[in-house]
Formats: sequence, structure tokens, C-alpha cells
Amino acid sequence: MAVLTEEQTMLRDMAREWADNESPVTAYRKMRDAAPAEYYDAAAWRAQAEMGWAGILIPEAQGGAGMGYLSLGLVLEQLGRNLAATPLAATAAATSALLLGGSEAQQVEWLPRIAAGDVVAALAVDEGPRFAPDKIATTVEGGKLSGTKEFVAEGDSAQLFVVAATDGLYLVAGDEGVTRSPRKLTDARSHAQLRFDGAPAGKLEGGADLLTQVTDRATAALCAEMLGMAEAAFAQTNDYLKTRVQFGQVLASFQALQHRMAKMFTELELMRSVVEGALEAIDSGRANVSHEVSLAKAVAGETLHLVSRETIQLHGGIGMTDEHDAGFTLKRARVLEAMWGNAAWHRERFARLCGY
Amino acid sequence: MATAEIEAPVDALEAFRAHAREWLGAHFPPSLKGKDNAMSAVEGPHENTPEEAAWQQAMGEKGWGVPTWPKEYGGGGLSRDEARVLQEEMARIGAWNPIGGMGVMMFGPTLLEYGSEEQKREHIPAIAKGIVRWCQGYSEPGAGSDLASLQAFAEDRGDHYVVNGQKTWTSGGQWADKCFMLVRTDKTRKHEGITFLLCDMDTPGVEVKPIRLISGSSPFCETFFTDVKVPKANRVGEEGQGWTIGKRLLQHERSSLSGGGSTAGRMFSGAPLGQLAKKYVGVDEQGRIADADLRSRIVRHEMDLRAFMLTLRRASAEAKSNQGPSAATSIMKNVGARIMQERSELLIEIRGLAGLGWEGEGFEEEALKDVRTWLFGKAVSIYGGSTEIQNNVIAKRILGMLDHQ
Ligand SMILES: Cc1cc2nc3c(=O)[nH]c(=O)nc-3n(C[C@H](O)[C@H](O)[C@H](O)COP(=O)(O)OP(=O)(O)OC[C@H]3O[C@@H](n4cnc5c(N)ncnc54)[C@H](O)[C@@H]3O)c2cc1C
Repeated sequence: MAVLTEEQTMLRDMAREWADNESPVTAYRKMRDAAPAEYYDAAAWRAQAEMGWAGILIPEAQGGAGMGYLSLGLVLEQLGRNLAATPLAATAAATSALLLGGSEAQQVEWLPRIAAGDVVAALAVDEGPRFAPDKIATTVEGGKLSGTKEFVAEGDSAQLFVVAATDGLYLVAGDEGVTRSPRKLTDARSHAQLRFDGAPAGKLEGGADLLTQVTDRATAALCAEMLGMAEAAFAQTNDYLKTRVQFGQVLASFQALQHRMAKMFTELELMRSVVEGALEAIDSGRANVSHEVSLAKAVAGETLHLVSRETIQLHGGIGMTDEHDAGFTLKRARVLEAMWGNAAWHRERFARLCGY
Repeated sequence: MATAEIEAPVDALEAFRAHAREWLGAHFPPSLKGKDNAMSAVEGPHENTPEEAAWQQAMGEKGWGVPTWPKEYGGGGLSRDEARVLQEEMARIGAWNPIGGMGVMMFGPTLLEYGSEEQKREHIPAIAKGIVRWCQGYSEPGAGSDLASLQAFAEDRGDHYVVNGQKTWTSGGQWADKCFMLVRTDKTRKHEGITFLLCDMDTPGVEVKPIRLISGSSPFCETFFTDVKVPKANRVGEEGQGWTIGKRLLQHERSSLSGGGSTAGRMFSGAPLGQLAKKYVGVDEQGRIADADLRSRIVRHEMDLRAFMLTLRRASAEAKSNQGPSAATSIMKNVGARIMQERSELLIEIRGLAGLGWEGEGFEEEALKDVRTWLFGKAVSIYGGSTEIQNNVIAKRILGMLDHQ
């Protein structure tokens, strides 16, 4: 566990308590079965905003808490533990872009509304099904943006888009020139295709660098959610093995399973370190943020992959049923693994950054 | 030339090949080429088109859906070599076997070995024609890996038993006509108290409740038995012999699941991963898959798959020459499950988020199918004896290692 300030400790504990009581996995299940147009839990999002989470990254002057990425990660981790259906990660990713590249006017216009939870924002980068920030064809002419973005998380409902074009990031607000097509993925969350056809767009300062900085922050936030998911699935499996009896003994007494659990526990400890390391690197403004983020996403992807598979396997038949939560972790895990670069992509970037 | 060919001595197997080719040509409707669905066992029966019905009937009457089963019970009566030739000829024209399910994979072979003459005459021909569906009533809520602790109880009432209890994970229970099941006839002995019974699913007191899987389908059930009357004539083997017979059936289940048989084997089909990766990931200047890490993992998988296929071949050759199972058969279910699951994971990864579609617009049909196969495929290492249980069996029975105390 990273060394937390008193404020961060309180935030984490509060988030954990809230997620366990107000947003357990049953809430996610309810959202999935009801399939609302926005594919998130609107009431829960409102409550999260009231607790100040939508404004964690936003300076106090703009109505936020100005707490930084580790704090955001603490909250996302707790929400991930319960698979909470929330647009928090997507909104935070778009907020990063405003904070790093927004003009005074743009910040004043958007940040207070984001902090208040009145605006869900989304980051739209990819134009294909795989993360490829170097393959962007979206263009802007005379303040009008045109192009297609695939699998935009929260794209079904966001009121503000941060869109990557060939020459940098742009803000697109509202629906003028925007066509949304929902894409239903296995995790039952929002991943819309967006077609921009001459949508009015305002430029953010900074070019390719800004895109890297912003996607790195989006990735680190996602890693925190992945950490929470992996921890919860692991804990659930550990509990199950201690109660399920076969051959007259609890499964937890079989050494073959004990060692599997011990291995996962080990991997999870490593995962926590790299995820917190990436968030801290961003907060302290270190120069090697991309290194740390690639390390975190590669390890997080592999570990969550392992844990999500083992959760099913070690639960046996019951884990294969829709009634059980194990499948939710498996499905959401693969989506998060693929978003903002999978483990292979980040290993490759890590190698490049190391000069190999 | 033509006369010389006709006069040349024709090897018996080649004569069979010619016959198979001709017969398939006359009976397999080309419109059904490649229309086999690996997931049909999971998704349940569908209304056969007239072509499909005709194809099933033709194969059923010929006995070629179960080519090596004895002719007298409706099988094809073919030798292993002839069956292989038949398979080759079917593959050549994209034909597939319309006859399958648990009757073919596990119950039929077990009944042929342990059933009475009357039982074989009653049940085998209907399986061979694919007109009776069987389900497997083994697992119970408290008896999964530890199957022998099952509790469903059959009470002796003279000419019949009365069965009470619950089975679970009964695949195809809601579509099945009949169930082969393990029940307890003696509460004082664990393994020796188990008996193998056959039960009609429409007997009063049998109730099924479908369970939904993570893949979205509901291919299996909780099955409840309340005062269900089963005639003694439906007992296979002696009372108390059920564990021996039941285990033999599990061997058939495992070998058919390992890929030598039908379901899992068909899951390996589809587009070569390398081609798909080139399409989705792109290529470098030298035409290689652009993502080197993915490329090496695809190659490792392809090598594993080849090693697996060669081992299947070796095991079958050894089994034939020793007249018994080869040591390699014990590892095949685990290897097959692992490779199948890895293949699914790679398919998902290659397509990125387009490989994780659930339903609706914006996805290739093939990709949506692969997602369901990926999710359902997680069961392959659980059912029919989980990977862990298989490893326990290998360690204890084959390697002579000891039980942990
Ligand atoms: C899709 C599907 C279809 C099925 N169809 C049928 C069917 O048609 N008919 C039928 O009768 N059954 C069916 N089954 C049930 C299947 O056979 C059982 O799920 C399986 O035997 C495992 O039992 P369990 O689910 O109770 O898991 P458990 O036995 O509780 O096992 C849980 C985990 O512990 C591990 N474990 C258990 N014991 C040990 C040990 N001694 N050492 C190490 N690890 C151990 C297991 O490997 C597993 O990973 C089906 C299951 C599935 C998922």
C-alpha cells in the first residue's frame, strides 16, 4: 500500500464503504439487466459526484478537490472491487486533457460542471478495435472535426468529448455533427462508435505529447480499476475454497490449490506496486511517467487475466453460471485489458522507452 | 490406360474409399457444406431444414454416424481404418457428422460394453440414428469432483426403484428424452453403493430447471427427482456396480472431449490465427505480423497444437498395436482443454475490442460466435473431470504418487 495522507486514507475508506453498501455487484447486475441507454448506474453516478469524486482531479478553484491521481486510483480501485457501472474513469481521462491542455476559458467553462457531476466526458482516440494512437485520420478544418472513433467508453451518453485528431486533441461539445452508434460488448457497459461530421471543435494546447500524456493518465486510472477487480475476485475465490467441501475436506486443504492461490497472491502484490507506482509518478510529475504506465498496464493485464481465469476454474461449475459473479470479472477484464493498449502493446513500448 | 487402371489390383481400403466417395456424393447436399455448428450441442436442438433432415436420415440408416459400432445394432460396422477413410472423404467435401450428443460420445460405447442384449437392442439403434437424446445425471450440488459422494437415492421396490434426489449441471436436460444416471442404492458404502440407471425424462416426478451460463445460453439444468419410478429392467449391470460402469463412461467422455472426438475437435477449426492477426494487427516491412509479442505467442500456440495432434495420432497408433490405451491418453483432456482455451483467448486478443462483442450491430458474425465459444470454453477444463482432478489421477494412478494426508 502506498503511503497515504490522512485525507487519502479517509477517501479510500469512505469509497470502500460506499461501494460495498451502495454499489455492490448486484447493482451492476441490475444495471445490466435493465440496460439503460447510458449503460451506467445514473443514481450511483450522482451520488459519487456529490461525494466529490467527479472533481478529484479538478483544482478547488474550479469546484474540485485537487487531490490527484493516486486519490482517483484509490476510488476507482474500490469501485472496481464491486464492478460499479460508473463513468468516473472516462470522465477523469477527459478531465486530464482539459487540465493539461485546456485554455483558461475552456477550463472555466467545463471543469466546474464536471466536478458537479453535471457533465459526463469521454476520451475518443481509437479509430479501430485496437489501441493505435499513431494511426489517427480524424481531421479538423476551420474548427470543424470529421472522423470516426470506435469503442468510445461512455460514448453513448457523454456530453463532452475529447477527440484525437491528426494535429492534436480537440473538445467537441454536444451533438451537432455527431452520430452515436451503441456497441454492445461482453461487459454490458457503454462503448459507442462515434461519427463526427463537421462537428464544431475547440483545440487544446499541445500536439502528440498531449495525447501521450492523456492516454497515460487514462491508462493508469484503468489499472486502478483492474487492481480492484483482481483483488475482489481473488478474495472471493479464497473464501469459496475455504467453504466448499469435496472428498470430505474443504478445497482449501488441497496443496495443489494452495500453491495456485499463493502464486496469485504474489502476483497481486506486484500488481499493486506497479499500479500505485504509475499513479504516484503522475502526481509527482516525474519524467518517466510513460515507463511506469506501461509497466503497470502490462503487469495489470497479465495479473487480472490470470486471476479472472482462475476464479472461474477454481469455482468449478458454479463459476460458469450467469447467476455467479465470476463471469462478470472475466468479461470486463478482457475489455479493460484491450483498452489503451494490451500487455503486448505496453511491453513493446516499454522496450522502446528503454532503448531496446 | 483406362483398362490398365481397372485391372490393377484394388486394395480393399481403396475400394471402401471409392464406395464412401460415391455414397457421400449421392447423399450429402452440397448446400450443407461447412454448415456444421460446433456450438449446437450447447445451444440446443434447432428445427432441421429438409436438407439437414434428409442428411441425418441417410447417415443414420447407413450407420456411419457411429461408424465403428456393430452393424447389428445400427452402427456402421467399419474398421478403424475404414472409419478414418470415411472421415477423410467427408472432410474432402466439407461434409459433417449429423449424429452426435452424449448417446454417441459416452453412453453408447458404455452400454455396448456393459448392457444386456435387450438393452443394447432397445437403445443403441436409436442413438445411431440420432433420434433419441440422452443426458448425463451424474453431478449433484455436493458431488462434483467428488462424484462418489452422490446422494440421489434409489429405493428397491421389487420390480422397480423409486428415485429421490437432485442432480445438477445436467447438460441438455431440458431437451433430452432419456437420462443415464448414477444413484445410491446403499447408504453404508461409498463407491460400492452406487448403481447405474436409465430413466425416461418424461417419467412423472422428473423436473428440470434450466440454468443460464456466462456465455448467455442455458444449455444445462438442475434436475429434480421426486418419487420417480424406474423399472429394474433399466438398471445397467448389477446393483452396486455403478461406479465401475460410471467411470468407464467418464473415460469415453474424456477421450471424446480431448479433441480426438467431436466437440472440442471442432472448436479448433476456423481461420488460421496468423492470417487473422495480419488482418487486424497489420504487417511490418517484411510481411510479418506487426506485433512481435503476439506473433511469438501465436507461433507457440500453433506448435502446441501440432504437438497435440501428433500425440493424438501416436496415442491412437499405440492403442491399436497394444490393444489398450496408451499412456499418452491420460494427458490428452488437459492438453486439449488448455490449447482450446488459449486459442480462444488469442482470437479475442487479436481482434481487440471488436473481438469482445456481445450482440447487435458492428461485429462480424464469426467474432460474435468466437466470443461465446471463448466463454463456454472455460467449462472444458471443469467438466468431464476438471484439470486438477485429471492431474490427481495422472499423479496417483500413472506416476504412483501418494495421496496427501
Ligand atoms: C458446462 C458444464 C456442463 C456440465 N454437464 C454435466 C452433465 O451433463 N452431467 C453431469 O452430471 N455433470 C455435468 N457437469 C458437471 C461437472 O462434471 C462438474 O462441474 C465437475 O465435475 C466439477 O465439479 P464442481 O463443479 O462441483 O466443482 P468442485 O468439485 O467444487 O471443484 C471446484 C474446484 O476445485 C478443484 N478441486 C476439486 N477437488 C480437488 C482436489 N482433490 N484436488 C485439487 N483440486 C480439486 C476443481 O478442479 C475445481 O477447480 C457440467 C459442468 C459444466 C460446467
